[in-house]
Amino acid sequence: MRKGTSRVGPDLVGHLHYWFSTTLFLIGLYGMLAGPHLVRKLMAMNVMQVGVITFFIAMSAKSGATAPIAIEHGPPLVAEAYINPLPHAMMLTAIVVSVSTTGVALALLIRIHRRYGTLEESELLDRLKE
Amino acid sequence: MTSHLPILIVVIPLVAAIMTPLVARMNVRAAQVLDTGVCLTVFLCATTALLRVLDTGPWHYELGGWAPPWGIEYVIDPLSAGMAMLVSFVATLVSIYADAQRRQLPEGRSGLFDSLFLLLVAGLLGIVVAGDMFNLYVFLEVASLAAYGLLSTGGTRAVVATFRYLLLGTIAASFYLLGVGYLYAMTGTLNMADLTTHVPTIVGTAPFGVAVTFIVLGLAIKMAVFPLHAWQPDAYAYAPAAVTGFMAAVMSKVSAYALFRILYFVLRAEGAAAQIISVMGWVAIAGAVAGSVMALAQTDVRRMLAYSSVSQMGFILFGFSLLNPDALTGALLHIVNHAVMKGCLFLAVGVIVWRTRAVTVNGFSGMSQRLPWTSAVFTLAALSMIGLPPTAGFFSKWYLLRGAVDASAWAFVATLVFSSLLSAVYFFRLIERMYFFTPSDEGVRRARLFEVPIGMLGPVVTLGAAVLLLGLLSHPIVVTVVRAALPEL
Amino acid sequence: MDRPLLVILVSLVAAVLIRLVGNRPVLRETCTFVAAVTKFGLVVSMVPVVLQDGVVESVPIGLVIGSPLHFRVDALGLLFALVASGLWLVTSVYSVGYMRADNSPNQTGYFASFAVCLSATMGIAFAGNLPTFFVFYEILTLATYPLVVHNRTEAAVAGGRKYLVYTLLAGQALLVAVIWSSVLAPGAEFRAGGFLPADAGTAVLLPLFLFFIIGVGVKAAIMPLHGWLPAAMVAPTPVSALLHAVAVVKAGVFGVLRVVGYVFGVDLFRTIGGAGLLAVAAVVTILVASIRALGETNLKRRLAYSTIGQLSYVVLGAAIGSVAALAGAMFYLVAHAFMKITLFFAAGAIHIEKHRNKVSELRGMAQEMPVTMAAFAVGASGLAGIPLFVGFIGKWNLGLGALDAGYPLFVFVLVTSGLLNVMYFYPILYDGFFRPPDHNNGNAGAGRVGRLSREARWTMSMPLAVTAIVTILLGLAPDLGFQFYQLAWSAATTVVSAGGEPGLP
Repeated sequence: MRKGTSRVGPDLVGHLHYWFSTTLFLIGLYGMLAGPHLVRKLMAMNVMQVGVITFFIAMSAKSGATAPIAIEHGPPLVAEAYINPLPHAMMLTAIVVSVSTTGVALALLIRIHRRYGTLEESELLDRLKE
Repeated sequence: MTSHLPILIVVIPLVAAIMTPLVARMNVRAAQVLDTGVCLTVFLCATTALLRVLDTGPWHYELGGWAPPWGIEYVIDPLSAGMAMLVSFVATLVSIYADAQRRQLPEGRSGLFDSLFLLLVAGLLGIVVAGDMFNLYVFLEVASLAAYGLLSTGGTRAVVATFRYLLLGTIAASFYLLGVGYLYAMTGTLNMADLTTHVPTIVGTAPFGVAVTFIVLGLAIKMAVFPLHAWQPDAYAYAPAAVTGFMAAVMSKVSAYALFRILYFVLRAEGAAAQIISVMGWVAIAGAVAGSVMALAQTDVRRMLAYSSVSQMGFILFGFSLLNPDALTGALLHIVNHAVMKGCLFLAVGVIVWRTRAVTVNGFSGMSQRLPWTSAVFTLAALSMIGLPPTAGFFSKWYLLRGAVDASAWAFVATLVFSSLLSAVYFFRLIERMYFFTPSDEGVRRARLFEVPIGMLGPVVTLGAAVLLLGLLSHPIVVTVVRAALPEL
Repeated sequence: MDRPLLVILVSLVAAVLIRLVGNRPVLRETCTFVAAVTKFGLVVSMVPVVLQDGVVESVPIGLVIGSPLHFRVDALGLLFALVASGLWLVTSVYSVGYMRADNSPNQTGYFASFAVCLSATMGIAFAGNLPTFFVFYEILTLATYPLVVHNRTEAAVAGGRKYLVYTLLAGQALLVAVIWSSVLAPGAEFRAGGFLPADAGTAVLLPLFLFFIIGVGVKAAIMPLHGWLPAAMVAPTPVSALLHAVAVVKAGVFGVLRVVGYVFGVDLFRTIGGAGLLAVAAVVTILVASIRALGETNLKRRLAYSTIGQLSYVVLGAAIGSVAALAGAMFYLVAHAFMKITLFFAAGAIHIEKHRNKVSELRGMAQEMPVTMAAFAVGASGLAGIPLFVGFIGKWNLGLGALDAGYPLFVFVLVTSGLLNVMYFYPILYDGFFRPPDHNNGNAGAGRVGRLSREARWTMSMPLAVTAIVTILLGLAPDLGFQFYQLAWSAATTVVSAGGEPGLP
C-alpha cells in the first residue's frame, strides 16, 4: 500500500488487478449457477478458478523483481529483488486440482450424455422425471 | 516409527491408494484385505497419537524437517487425534461393509473402488492433521475428488447428482481458497499457528472480514449447512450405501471440524469471526428447523436421513456459535455421535435396500420380521437421533441444551426441543411400520440369525454398539478427550 | 454391596436373559420370577437401614459433567420402590396366567419390556439427582411403548402413538427443566426442603416450575395432560394394572412429590405461586375425572379415569404441603396402588374368563366369579374411602393436612370425590352381586353356559386375592409388614422440617 493514499477511497488503478480477478470470479460463478448447458457450467467453473489463480498471482507481483533463482551475475541476494514464489507454487497446485476436477467432470458428463443423450439442463430435468 | 505418526496417518492410506489397483490385478480379495488393514492401522496410529497427546500436549510435526512458518506442519492435538480416530474407525467398518458394493461393480473395477475409498480417507485425515491453511485446501480437494468418483458409482442418476455436487463443491473450495488468499495477503503466512499470532493486528480490517466470510461460506457448503445443503439429498439418495454411509458419517463432520479449527484456533473467534459466529447461530436455528420439516416430508428413507443430517448440522453449528464451553462440548460430542449414528442408519438402510429393495417409508412395513437385527440396530440409532437416554445422542443434546440455557439462548432451546420432537415423529413413523405393520408384499421369509452376509451385518451392529457405548461411556469421553480438545476462550 | 444399583440391574439382566432364552415359556417365566423375588428382597432389605439412618447411598458413576449417576435411597424413594417391586412379583404371577390364557403372541418381548420398565421405575425411585431421575424417566417412557402396542391391532398402534406424543413432549419439557435447574444450582442433587436458590426470583422459578409440571404431569395424568391414559388401556390388562396404575403413573406423581419437596421445597414452591396453580389443577382433575368415569361404559376405561382422579389426590397433597397432607399423599401412593391393581386384576380376569369388557355386562358376575368380584368390591370400597380400608387412611391424613393448612375446601373436594367414586362403582357392584346373571346379554353369555360358575384360574385369582387382602390389612394396620406408614411420615417430616412451617400463604 502506497503511503498517502486513503485506504477508504477508491484506488481504482492500484487495485485494478483485484477488480479483474473478482470480475472473472463473478462471471464464472454466474455462469455456473445460470448456465443452461452442463458444459457451459463446467467452462464457467474454469473461469472462476482462473479468477482465484490471478488473484494469487497478482498478489505476488512486484515491479522490478525477478523469479527467485539465485544465479551468478543475477540480482543481489536481497528480498526486494525477487518476487514471492510461494503464491506461484500454490497456484501450480491449484491448477493441478482444477485440471483434475475438470477431468472428473468431463468423465461424468460423458456418462450423462450416453445415458440421456443431452446435456441441456432443461431437457435433462425432463428425462430425469421419466 | 512412532515419531513419524502424524505423517503416517496420511501417508499410509495415500500409498495404499496407489497400490490397491495393482494388488487387485493380482488378487481382488487381497486388495480388500489391504483396504481394511490400512484403515485399521490408521485407527491404531490415531489411537496411539491420541493417548500420547493427552499425556504430553499438542504434537507439532515438521514436514521434511522444515521449520514452520516456512515448512508445512502437521499438528496433532486431542481434537485432531480424536477426529482421526473417528474417521478411521468408520472407514474400517465401511471398508468391510463395502463388499456388496464391490460385487456390483464391473469386473476388475473393485480395485479402483478401494483406491478411491482410500484416497477419500487420506484426504479427510489430511484435513484433520493439517496445520497449514493451503495444505488443508489441497486435502479438501483430494477428498472431494475421490468423493465425486465414489458417488458416481451408483448409476446414472447418481452421476447427475454427482455433477451438481462437483460444481457446488468447487465453488466451495474456491471460496475457501480466496479467503485463504486474503489472509495470506495480509499476513504473509499460511501456517495456522503463525497466523494466529498475526490475527490481533489485522482483526479490525475490512479484508479480514471478507476473508472470514469466504472461508466460512466455503466450508458451510461442504458441511451442507442450510440453505447451502441442496446438493446433499440427491447425492446421498442415489450413491451406493457404503459410500453414502461413509460420507454422511464423516465427510461433513470433517468440514465442520475444519470450520471449528479455523474459527476458534486460528482466528480465535475475534472481530469479524465473532460477528460471523453470531450470524451462524441464526442460520443454524433456521437449518435445524427446516431440515427436520423437510425430512418429515420425504417418502424416500435415504432422503429423509439426508435432510435429518441438515437439521443435525444446524445443532453442531449452533453449538459453535455459542461461546461457552458447554455448548462447544456439545457440538464436538455431537460431531462424533452424529457421525456414528448417522453412519449406522445409512448402513442399516443400505442393508435393507440390498435385501428387499425397499426405499420408501411404506416399504419398511414389517421389516422387523424380515431383518430383525438390522431393524433393532436401526431403531437404536434412531432413538439416539431423537436424543433419548441412554444412547449417545442424548448426551450431546444435553450439553448443547445446557450451553444454550447457560447463554439464555431461548430461541435455540425451543428449536432444539422442537426439532427433536419432529425427528421423533419421522423416526417413530418408521419404527412403528417396521415393528407393528404387516409387510407390504408377500413372501416374508422366516427370520434367520444371519439375515445378510456377516460382512454387512457386522459393521452395522458394531456401529449400533458404538451408539450405545458412546452413550454409556459419555462421561469419561467428555472429561478426557472433548474437554481437552476445547480451545481456550 | 451397592444395593440400589443391584436392584436396578437385576431386572435389566433379567430382560437380557429373557430375550436370550426366547420362546421357551418356562425358562422365560423363571427368569422373571427370580428377578422379581431378588429385587423385592433387596428392596425390603433396605427398609431397616433407611428407617434407622435415613438413606442408603450408592457410589456415583459418571453421567454428565457436574452431575453423576447417583442413587440415594430415602424414605420416599423406598416407599415407591417397595410398592412397585412388590406388586411386580404379584403381577408376574398374574401375567403368566393372563398371557397364557390369552394365547398372546410375542410374549418374550412382553416380559423383557416389563423387566426393563421395572428397572427404570427403580431408577426413578432411587435417583439422587435430577439428571439421574430424567434418564430413567425417559427409559420408562420408551420401555412402556412396546407394551402399550402389544396387541398390534390398529387401536393399539393408535393408542401407542398417542402415548408417545404425550410422553415425548413431556420428556422434552422435563429435559429443559432439569438442565435449567442444573444451571441454576450445579449438581442438581435432591435435598429435602429443595435445592433451588430462592434468590433466582419468581420470573425464573415460575416458568421453571411450569416446565417441571408439564414434564411430570403427563405421567401423573394431571388434566389436561391425561389424554394418553385412557388411550393406553388397549394394552393387555397386566400392563394396565402394573404400569398404568402403579409404575408409570406413580412415577409421575412421585416426580411431583420430588419436584415440590426436594427441588423447590414447600416454602419456595408457595412463594412463587406454584402451590395455588397445582392445587387448582388437582381439584379440577379430581372432580372432572370422577365425572368422566361415570360416563365410561368400558370397564377398563372407567378404571383409567378413576386412576386419573385418584392420582391427583397425591398431587393435591403435595400442593397443600403440610406434614399431614404430604404424609397422606405419600401413603396414598401406596394405598391407591394396591386398590387399583386389585380392580384391574379383576377386570382382566373377567375379560379373560368371560370376555366381558363393558360395565353393563357384569350382571350376576358374583355368582360366576365370587373371589374376583369380592376383590373388586374391596378395591372399590377402598377407593371410595370407606373406613377400615387402606384408602381411608390416606384420605384421612390428606383431610387433616388440608385442615391444618386452613383449607377446609379441600376436605369438601375429597368427600365429593369419594361420593362420585361410590356412584361409579355402585352400579357395578349392584349388578354383580344383586342381579341375576343375564344370559341374553349380547353375545357375551352365549355358548358359555357350561362354564357358568368358573372362577378365574389360580394364577389370576390368587394375585387379586392377595392384593385385596393387603388392601384390608393395611387399612386395619397401616404399618404392617414394611412400615409404609412410618416411611411416609418420616419422609413428610424431613421435607417440611427442612422447609419451614406448613400452611398455604
